[in-house]
Amino acid sequence: MISKEEVEHIAKLARLELTDREVEKMQKDLSAILDYFDLLKKAPKSEKENLYTPGVYKNILRADESLQQDASVVEKLIGQAPDKKDGYIKVKAIF
Amino acid sequence: MFEIASSDCCPSRNDEERMDLTELTIKQAHEGLKNGEFTSVDLTKAFLAKIKAEDKDINAFLSVTEKLALEMAEAADEKIKSGKFGMLCGIPCAIKDAIMVEGQKCTAASKILENYVAPYDATVIKKLKEQGVVILGKTNLDEFAMGGSGENSAFGVTKNPHDKTRVAGGSSSGSAASVAANMAIFSLGSDTGGSIRLPSSFCGTVGLKPTYGAVSRYGLIAFGSSLDQIGPIAKNIEDAKIVFNAIKGNDAKDATSADLKDSEDSNSKFQISNLRIGVPKEYFALQRGSGQVKGIDVEVEKIIRNAIKKAEDAGAEIVEISLPSVEFALACYYIIAPCEASANLARFDGVRYGLSIQDGDLLDVYLKSKGHGFGAEVKRRIMIGTYALSSGYYDAYYKKAQEVRQLIKQDFAKAFEKVDLIFCPVSPVPAIKIGERTDDPLSMYLMDIYTVSVNLAGLPGLSMPAGKVGDLPVGLQIIGKHFEENKILSIGEEMEKLLK
Repeated sequence: MISKEEVEHIAKLARLELTDREVEKMQKDLSAILDYFDLLKKAPKSEKENLYTPGVYKNILRADESLQQDASVVEKLIGQAPDKKDGYIKVKAIF
Repeated sequence: MFEIASSDCCPSRNDEERMDLTELTIKQAHEGLKNGEFTSVDLTKAFLAKIKAEDKDINAFLSVTEKLALEMAEAADEKIKSGKFGMLCGIPCAIKDAIMVEGQKCTAASKILENYVAPYDATVIKKLKEQGVVILGKTNLDEFAMGGSGENSAFGVTKNPHDKTRVAGGSSSGSAASVAANMAIFSLGSDTGGSIRLPSSFCGTVGLKPTYGAVSRYGLIAFGSSLDQIGPIAKNIEDAKIVFNAIKGNDAKDATSADLKDSEDSNSKFQISNLRIGVPKEYFALQRGSGQVKGIDVEVEKIIRNAIKKAEDAGAEIVEISLPSVEFALACYYIIAPCEASANLARFDGVRYGLSIQDGDLLDVYLKSKGHGFGAEVKRRIMIGTYALSSGYYDAYYKKAQEVRQLIKQDFAKAFEKVDLIFCPVSPVPAIKIGERTDDPLSMYLMDIYTVSVNLAGLPGLSMPAGKVGDLPVGLQIIGKHFEENKILSIGEEMEKLLK
């Protein structure tokens, strides 16, 4: 059974707030699911890497540049933020 | 814009004729529009009336885009008058609420996006708009596409139109139910581990999960980026084919979309009598009560075996194949998908959009926005994913799952050396009762046993109606090689005739 501390640790990593009841339920659910994953220990090693990747798959890259957007687009996107000022999204201080 | 009261719809037609309009397929509707029997506005009003009358009992729609629909219908009618229009012009459809339609809410059935308005069209929507479709509304789903029943929606479960005490299946619950209940002629869903095929099986619709890369994911709220695909849900194979052809294709905005030239596949003729059909022996060997994997329902197996027999009688060679990695497929999927989801859902943090709880410091904003905004299943999957990627566990879980994914791909590659298509079940059971599996997440995951390996291998998979257990539809799954959707759809059409 995964411990309460471990659940709280993972929740912190995920930046997720869980109530005490949620932590308890999460312990139960996660334990059952993680136990099920033990099945994978039986799986053999694969013979080759990426055997079944058709020729059409390749890396698609683009130039590392920022593209100017229409003012209306910028307005729409910034408009969705809960806190904004002068065309910037406002965020609380990190430190 | 005038109010739509049901008596206003198609005033020249009586009630009975109006109801018939909602039963039309794409092809039938197209003929009617072409011949001037009715207009797209007539068609649209008929569907809007149907939704108004029936959706309160089904809950397929999260939002009905009435104003947009009528505007699109009027524009379509102009195109139709000009004489130059395609099969989808003027055809009313429904869109899963994880796919962006500009100016309309896109909630992913989550409280965290309850008031989020899409700032742009998904590529598939852009393509459908170019065809002149009519968008009736956004359909219900499991929150962030995570679920197999539809019960994980923050806005209520979608009922199965065949039996309203049962689920429509998930995660594209509303998309399948809307088509099954004649509240849309076709719909778009998305499939990460079975989310088009499973609700299609439960609701008796045709549902196609395209090959990974065949359809652009730009504008689909991401869940598992190496697994997600958008696909059509329709009343028959022909309709599914029409929609698939309209939405497929390379997209510069989706780096994972495939660059296909017209393959041999699209022009070839396929016949069941020339076919070798693979039947995976492990898919039927899982007996009820043995170990943790529940076996296939006896009645469901009968229906699938019957469909296979019909194909054999029509001349197909039935070949028993082995997919031994099916034993690991579910564990593999339920590690990889949550891992990818934990990364994809990190963006919902109350900073740029969505629910934002501004108490306390920055960490509090994250903790509380996510704590209040995400539902239980989403939290569960984020936790699984975070755990499996975390230091100390990465090798045992995520890395191992990726290795097992290669095994699954190899199993299919080996099988497709001997056969042309694979026939198998979609789900081990027909539609479950609402509430039946909600207390036991693992039991819910087990419904995906036949669908997840297809996403892991990136293959195309179809669900088509093959029979019923009582009132409950059961789907046959047809799996093909990468980019062989046309083969699957052609054989599916032959199967439709054989199964009539």
